[in-house]
Amino acid sequence: MTIPSHVSWFKDIGLQDRPYVGGKGGSLGELQRAGIAVPAGFVVRTEAFERFVLALEQRSTIRSRVERLDPNDLQQVEAGSKELRALVEGASFPDDLNEALLEAHRELMGKSPFPVAVRSSATTEDAADASFAGLQDTFLWVTSASDMLARIRTCWASLYSVESITYRRRRNFPEAGVAMAVVVQTMVDARNAGVMFTRSPLTGDRSVITVESAWGLGSAVVGGEVTPDRWVIGKITGEISVRTVSDKAIEHLPAEAGGILESPVSEDRRNSPSMSDPELQNLRQIARQVERHYGCAQDIEWAVDRRSGQILLLQSRPETVWSMKDAAPVASAIENPLLHVMNVFGGRR
Amino acid sequence: MDSMTKPTGFPLPSSLAVLPGTEAAQAAYPYYMQFTPEDDKRFWFYNSMHFPEPMSAFDMVTAEAAYVALGSVNTRVHCLPTTLGIDYRIVNGRVYIGGNGVTDPEEINRRTQEFLQRAFYYYENWEKLYAQWKEKMMTLIGEAQALPAPALPEFEPLEHVHSGRGVASNHYLLDTYQKTLEGYYRMWHHHFEFLLLGYGAYLTFFGFCKKAFPEISDQTVARMVAGMDAEIFRPDEELRRLARCAVDLRIDSYFVEGHSVDELMAQLAAAGEPGKKWLAELEISRHPWFNINVGDGFYHYHRSWNDDLSMPLASLPGYIARVKAGESLERPMDQLQAERKQLIADYRELLSSDEERAAYDQMITLAHRVFPYVEGHKFYCEHWYTNLFFNKIREFGALLSEHRFFADKEDIFQLTHYEVESAIIDLMTAWSTGSHPRGPSHWPKIVAERRAAIAEWAKHPSPPALGPVPDIIDDPAIVMLWGITRESLDAWLRADSDTDSHEIHGFAASNGVVEGTARVVRSVEEISRLKQGDILVCQVTNPTWAPIFQKIAAAVSDIGGSMSHAAIVAREYGLPAVVGTGNATSKIRDGQRLRVDGGRGVVTLLD
Repeated sequence: MTIPSHVSWFKDIGLQDRPYVGGKGGSLGELQRAGIAVPAGFVVRTEAFERFVLALEQRSTIRSRVERLDPNDLQQVEAGSKELRALVEGASFPDDLNEALLEAHRELMGKSPFPVAVRSSATTEDAADASFAGLQDTFLWVTSASDMLARIRTCWASLYSVESITYRRRRNFPEAGVAMAVVVQTMVDARNAGVMFTRSPLTGDRSVITVESAWGLGSAVVGGEVTPDRWVIGKITGEISVRTVSDKAIEHLPAEAGGILESPVSEDRRNSPSMSDPELQNLRQIARQVERHYGCAQDIEWAVDRRSGQILLLQSRPETVWSMKDAAPVASAIENPLLHVMNVFGGRR
Repeated sequence: MDSMTKPTGFPLPSSLAVLPGTEAAQAAYPYYMQFTPEDDKRFWFYNSMHFPEPMSAFDMVTAEAAYVALGSVNTRVHCLPTTLGIDYRIVNGRVYIGGNGVTDPEEINRRTQEFLQRAFYYYENWEKLYAQWKEKMMTLIGEAQALPAPALPEFEPLEHVHSGRGVASNHYLLDTYQKTLEGYYRMWHHHFEFLLLGYGAYLTFFGFCKKAFPEISDQTVARMVAGMDAEIFRPDEELRRLARCAVDLRIDSYFVEGHSVDELMAQLAAAGEPGKKWLAELEISRHPWFNINVGDGFYHYHRSWNDDLSMPLASLPGYIARVKAGESLERPMDQLQAERKQLIADYRELLSSDEERAAYDQMITLAHRVFPYVEGHKFYCEHWYTNLFFNKIREFGALLSEHRFFADKEDIFQLTHYEVESAIIDLMTAWSTGSHPRGPSHWPKIVAERRAAIAEWAKHPSPPALGPVPDIIDDPAIVMLWGITRESLDAWLRADSDTDSHEIHGFAASNGVVEGTARVVRSVEEISRLKQGDILVCQVTNPTWAPIFQKIAAAVSDIGGSMSHAAIVAREYGLPAVVGTGNATSKIRDGQRLRVDGGRGVVTLLD
């Protein structure tokens, strides 16, 4: 019998590992394998969670207790959730797991001695679960190994939030299958960050990339707290057909004590574009590479490292809005190809 | 709806007064070109793309012959289902045109049946018919070249008498003149034989791309279709070749800014073997490639490079400097071909299904088949043949001015083509009777009057359009050739009512953003005012101004679409260009600071 590993580095995993590393972890591994720069990091696999819960079950009941909760009795669920979360957050890791996590953290610090982001990486895939997974947690700018350990437990504890428990109980999911992976990756001290779509959100055009970007960490853009700069770039030609430089009043920056703070942007930078043209072209190449790799349009989060100027991808997931709308082809081949010209000469029909 | 805020039409033709003092000159144009009260009911637009300046009486033949031929092909030859020909009128020297759409569904259906038998035959046999077209064109050019110079000897040459020719020299004036005119009308039929079908096939592909990729730029579609070795690039390529040649022969020091052609030619002739060699190379380039005129061939004063070498030679110092800086100046044809192929493949890959890809393949295949004609015909028609035509008329001008009909041979262009014939017959008569011709006491005053009228008309801009705006513009000819759509008319109307705007919108013709000083060029003669880095603002940018494209930083025009030659040359030179703005030349001051965003089609006035 092989001992299941508790930790996997991004380079060693891909999308097929999602049951053990979650969607976020699998995607980061896949990106790195495709040759795309992502912040260094590892995934705390579901096996680690399993090991942690089993150790905890020695002392107190966890899973059977959840299964006994009545989703229609909110008071009961709230009380249960509170206790279970406290239990998970307060427990210590089994020694071997503790050591594995600290070792991984040390190795990561050896590569890039910076604070880390700790993010839950849900193993479920369907759309409803994905939005539910959004309730789970992301902790930015985690500065020490002990904080990291605590944040991993907080992520796991989020499985026992009122919403999560209610969701699972309503569907009668067996608790034995419930697990969560956690991504730990080097924090990017972002000069600017944002999102991009490899398909126009406005028209569904597959030949353009829409980029949105603002100063500082990407959380300000994703959270809608700042109006980002916006560009539309020809995917193939690189033509920049739309340039909207916005007044970017605030930015998210790392706080000294860990976490992030909101800070006003200095007057000279507020109305300056947060990306240069060559950087936009680099972004375009990355977008094409990722899209080619996945074979479908992508919705990508990225950041520009303040020190190196390197563009790093934080996340990439399939675009869903337009791909569901794709219906009839614009035109089909016809037996006499000349008849196509009747679109022009035949008048409006 | 919002008719309170949005103007719904342009001035009526009847409200457009003939400028005081120019009434006689206006009346000189044939009756069928004059506006009538009936014309108020129709929509007209100023064809400033082809006729950016007031037309002299003779030059109206360029509109007449062109619309006669265009209409024949649309209405009677290929039978376009939804449109007949284009009517034209002239007021204050400005040419207004209006399409004749077909709207009755039954009639469209009837014409469609005809169209399928005619146009489709052309598409199916395109290569064969186009090869035949080139032969016809070369025959026509040969015939024009073979026409004798008009001359009247004092006595009929003895050999004519002894050979029993039986027809005196004065008859050959009329004969040559009529053949000259006939050849010109014929040329325009050739010009339109393929043109609408060619544009139509291109627009079919264009329409598909716009649906499949709603945000694709016009110029990207144009790049997928445009050829690399079209004749229109050739004259400029010859100049680059001559620049390389001058450097290779080590005579480049003779080519300096500001030297006259005569000075240069004299110096080269005296420069021994290398100078002679270069002059021989120049002759190779000139025939036929310098048969390109500095306009679009619609004005007699758009002289060809062959007629006035100063235009092409002025660009040589710039090209020579680039050769010496290590540039090859050669257009990398293989690379351009490969880029186009890649572009087509890349967009193809983005399509949503194999079904769409199959349709895309069909449409671009047809566009590629027809496009050589669209790109190539201008060199033969508007340039080469047109130069021969105007120069032949000029020979008549020389003969008539020799007989004191007017002071200068160029004055002949102030007469309509009917009046030229009457002057020739006057001269023929006088030669035969031994009396004095009547012309010398008749024409000089009229010529002066008409010259003054043109000068006056040129001072006053004309409205971009006249009459009520149609609900839809569904006429493929108007859309294809002039890029006029309901949207562009609305933009013109907005521009009219919103004179404070600091932005001018047009077609995004060539990518890039540039700031610079505006140089508003209203006629070919003003080209020399352009300085390095200026932004060219004109009614219609012209590809045969190619050499000035190495000087300017960007181009802005009143009229033109993304496939206008201006757009093609701008892209070739990598210059931002915004075309089809409707009114840039009247809204932009000479010397004003501008920002031109060729990717968005926006010109911003900076001061």
